[in-house]
Amino acid sequence: MIEGAKWRRWVYFYLPLGVFIFSLLFPFYWMLVTTFRPDAELYRPWMAPNYTPFWTAHPTLEHIKYLFDETLFATWMVNTLFIALASTVISLFCGLLAGYALSRLKFPFAGSLGTGIFVTYLVPQTLLFIPLADIIRNYHLGDTPWALILTYPTFLIPFCTWLLMGYFKAIPRELEECARIDGATRWKAMVYIIFPIAVPGILSAGIFAFTLSWNEFIYALVFLSSPEQKTVPVGVTSELIRGDVFFWGPLMAGALLGSIPVAIIYSFFVEHYVAGLTGSVKG
Amino acid sequence: MAISYAARERAYVAAPRRGPVTRLLEDERWLGALLLLPTAVLLALFIAYPFVKGVLLSVTDARVGVPGTFVGLQNFIALAHDGIFREAVWNTFIYTGVTTVFKLALGLWLALLLNRHFRGKALTRAFVLLPFIIPTVLSTFAWKWMFDPTFSVINWTLYRLDIIDSRINWLGDPQLAMISIIIVNVWRGVPFYAISLLAGLQTISPELQEAAAIDGARPWQRFWHVTWPLLLPVTMVVVLFSVIQTFADFQLVYVLTGGGPANATHLFATYAYQIGVGTGLLSEGAAISLAMFPALLVVVVVQLLYIRRVEIH
Repeated sequence: MIEGAKWRRWVYFYLPLGVFIFSLLFPFYWMLVTTFRPDAELYRPWMAPNYTPFWTAHPTLEHIKYLFDETLFATWMVNTLFIALASTVISLFCGLLAGYALSRLKFPFAGSLGTGIFVTYLVPQTLLFIPLADIIRNYHLGDTPWALILTYPTFLIPFCTWLLMGYFKAIPRELEECARIDGATRWKAMVYIIFPIAVPGILSAGIFAFTLSWNEFIYALVFLSSPEQKTVPVGVTSELIRGDVFFWGPLMAGALLGSIPVAIIYSFFVEHYVAGLTGSVKG
Repeated sequence: MAISYAARERAYVAAPRRGPVTRLLEDERWLGALLLLPTAVLLALFIAYPFVKGVLLSVTDARVGVPGTFVGLQNFIALAHDGIFREAVWNTFIYTGVTTVFKLALGLWLALLLNRHFRGKALTRAFVLLPFIIPTVLSTFAWKWMFDPTFSVINWTLYRLDIIDSRINWLGDPQLAMISIIIVNVWRGVPFYAISLLAGLQTISPELQEAAAIDGARPWQRFWHVTWPLLLPVTMVVVLFSVIQTFADFQLVYVLTGGGPANATHLFATYAYQIGVGTGLLSEGAAISLAMFPALLVVVVVQLLYIRRVEIH
């Protein structure tokens, strides 16, 4: 190596990268420490002497116990899991069919329908939540998981369709034509030849859709009202704050445990997740 | 002879009998329509219908439980004279503009760092994306705890480092609260920019860099004249996506400040929630939400035009 290159590498590479990683991950470390810190240590003013906030000498499980004994946290987890899985399955089903149709079939208005779906992809939930709440009430879906299972696909389907279209376009037409010459119908060629090849795309879209539904907040906040129907983000927000009092220990424990399912799925499928993320951007 | 006869026989039996439905599905137009049906139904019911309903709602004086009567543009006129609404509009533009600049600059920097070769690269990349995948509400609570006026770890650190000698009231002061929500948004958004731009960087052939280096281009020139122009298409899409998300943001502000102190940090969405759901003035809430639409429309049209231009090239 060239003389002086070593310190250069430290200053221009390791130092900034280290600062980035530290700032990006510190809030999660802080969540972790707070979860296991007893209340007596938690509520010690910041100017108090001998204050060592970056770790704890007396780890405790009291906050996690509180979460499961005094709140419906376990129910919220089950609710969120069910809603996220159901809306992901619905979105993948619709997205697969629509993605196939838009990328491989020729029919009138295919182009404008594709644009239409892309535009709904860009409609934020916050634009529609008030009239949608009214509609949910009229359909008698309010305060049931179905209010979310049916509305989450509105932002998941466009994403799944868009991502899967990219995968379908990359599959050579000859494959399908071979199957059709051998006597397969269009439907069979689609289900047995094309869909299996697109499995990596389906996995990416599915994981992305799952994390998006786990993350969703405003619909869940507005459409659900009884504590036993809530999802994790809404439950933690509304049930662990009484007036102005924040139960920081259980709150951080809830945030930590509520993040774990997403983190686990993410850690198993990082590559698929990144492919989904970048695929959606490249269009 | 006998074998080939049997084989032919079997082939004949196995050939599917095609009913009218199958024949209809052989027609691309019918198959296309059928495949798009579930998507079309869901999007019509829960996007198109609520949008129309929102427009209709915004020209009435409906409240929760009261259908309301037609009042024309009165809600929008009232909003134009509403000081809090005007501040929310101003805040939304500041919030979107400032965070986008920082997210792009820091995200690009991080992407360039991650594009180098070093040990533990895959693991680093996986960890970097965590702020983006962990549910926003939950990670925002961690920030709220870090910004706590009495127990803030940030204040503690700054105090021990002798940078401050009295507490910083992060979320209690109007201007600091705005800065705080900008910090958290940038924190959450940088990984998305970094990973997307990294994917863009990886499609750029290193030979181009080498060629420029041989021609005597300095690192900064190589970035500005080679990397940046090639990265621009990905950057455009990432920025437009992020601008839409940030413009319509809700959860971050709802958790950190709830629009306070004294309505200083309201965005379109949080103010619409406060009016439409908090006080039950459905029509005014719907009008506030809809007021986002023109700005979003501009962004979407720019994006569509840009994609079309790229596709033609």
